[in-house]
Amino acid sequence: MAASLRRRNALIGLSFVLPNFLGFALLTLVPVLALFYLSFTNWNVFGQADWTGLANLRRLAGDRSFWTALRNTLYFTGVHVPVTLVLSLALALLLNTRLRGVRFFRTAAFFPYITSIVAIAAVWNMMFSPETGPVNQLLGAVGVAGPPGWTNSRDWSMPSVIIVGVWRDLGFYMLLFLAGLQTIPRDLYEAATIDGAGAWQRFRHVTLPGLRPTTFFVTVVLTIGSLKVFDLILVLTNGGPGQSTLVLSQYIYQKGFVQNQFGYASAVSVVLFGICIAVTLVQFLVNRRRSA
Amino acid sequence: MTLTGTRPVTDRKTTARRRSLWPVVGHAALIVASLAVLAPFFWMVLSSLKTNNHVFTVPIRWTPDWHWSNYVDIWTRSGMVTWVRNTLILSVVITFLQVLTGSFAAYGFSRLRWPGRDVLFLAYVGTIAVPWQAYMIPQFILFSKLHLSNTLWAMVALQAFGAFGVFLMKQFYETVPEELSEAARIDGLSEYGIWRRIMLPLSMPAIASLTLLTFVNVWNDYLGPLIYLRDPDLWTIQIGLKTFIGQYNAQYALIMTGSVLSVLPIAIVFLLGQKYFVQGIATTGIKG
Repeated sequence: MAASLRRRNALIGLSFVLPNFLGFALLTLVPVLALFYLSFTNWNVFGQADWTGLANLRRLAGDRSFWTALRNTLYFTGVHVPVTLVLSLALALLLNTRLRGVRFFRTAAFFPYITSIVAIAAVWNMMFSPETGPVNQLLGAVGVAGPPGWTNSRDWSMPSVIIVGVWRDLGFYMLLFLAGLQTIPRDLYEAATIDGAGAWQRFRHVTLPGLRPTTFFVTVVLTIGSLKVFDLILVLTNGGPGQSTLVLSQYIYQKGFVQNQFGYASAVSVVLFGICIAVTLVQFLVNRRRSA
Repeated sequence: MTLTGTRPVTDRKTTARRRSLWPVVGHAALIVASLAVLAPFFWMVLSSLKTNNHVFTVPIRWTPDWHWSNYVDIWTRSGMVTWVRNTLILSVVITFLQVLTGSFAAYGFSRLRWPGRDVLFLAYVGTIAVPWQAYMIPQFILFSKLHLSNTLWAMVALQAFGAFGVFLMKQFYETVPEELSEAARIDGLSEYGIWRRIMLPLSMPAIASLTLLTFVNVWNDYLGPLIYLRDPDLWTIQIGLKTFIGQYNAQYALIMTGSVLSVLPIAIVFLLGQKYFVQGIATTGIKG
């Protein structure tokens, strides 16, 4: 009796999960696993997957474009993550007050996030136009001599991409922080005020600890998002000028879909995969030690 | 009055000072931030209503020419009708499947106990941390073998069974008290009935936010269509717009018109569902 009931329950449970799981397993899980196999082959689009062992890895080690892409990915992530984190937290603190216009701004800040990358790139490329764009005209008007060439210049192309990236992501992360702020009990602030804590001390000893789960979540999502940045760069600068904004996922796309070197592109993918997992694990461990 | 009188004098002084200064500083910060966020949209709409010669002038022309013919021209010069139709089909079908199968699976993961449940769910959560760019190549090979690439079906399959929907719905189901389904079970409702009659209606806020998120993601997806949709008849608005920009790369006013049109539908959807959207992200995002 009990056994057949348990079997029945298991069947019902599976029947709920199966429609989604079949699709998920075939289209996501299998490709993720196949990735590792592919990275040891020299598969190209028409050919056969020949096992080549560590050949792809050795080729990676000597591939200057790969190292450039890796460096640029870390550059983008290293600047984009802290800047977005600080600015979105600052905005959330601002919006958590009772100022008039707060609700309008909450909606406005979200617009960049729901706008397509293609439209964003089109408008920012025009705004960044070195001679005639509004950004440099405004900079000229306030007396900045020799304004940067933005997306057209090797030195400024990555900062340009980061500016647009921060502008786009701000609203989303601000919202997550805002939700986190609302979970901090109000009495904690009152108690701190009674104890004589100033605004900075309240922020330092009440707000920041209260936000820890949010900050952890935001940092992880933001870091993975930055490590895999692709369409923003593809449409805004196409990796250029030169290779100044070439990033890993774009390199994967180039090797795989443009040059049909699926095996080699998979090896690059494994590197990206490894970095994402490693960074997530480190953040997870740091978070656990802090909250312990 | 008597209440304020009991407070220490210094406290009253600082509160008064903060009250007078804070709104000014706070509003100034809000205005600067709003301008920074909205300026590109202002520029986009402004340019779309100019003649091409007036988009880049020194100094900037701050007024539009009200050149509405850009909005007529673009329909005849581009495949806008096809792109919008394809994007709309994809957005609706994928969102429907994502919500349906996602909420169904979430019920199986959150309300029923069966062997292997937790391992399977871990697989879902694990893949959320894996960037799509890392496995898009094996996936593409698979789709090619199935003869699905260069069809709209590829896009549907790609996004309809996302782990994200299952995860989001499960988070929400876990906030619904177990007693409700227990009572329904005693009343003789089957598990499917409980899902249909109790969980679905209760989870409308989560469904609304998942619907909006999925819709926006599909509408704005660029990389997926770029890889899978080679045939111009299948292009979505993002691919179409990008190609259009390539073809008319000096027609700045027209490019901005296309950009406005690509943003407009999603802006309307967002404004209509804004409350749920903001709430949904706020409540489901954190518990991860």
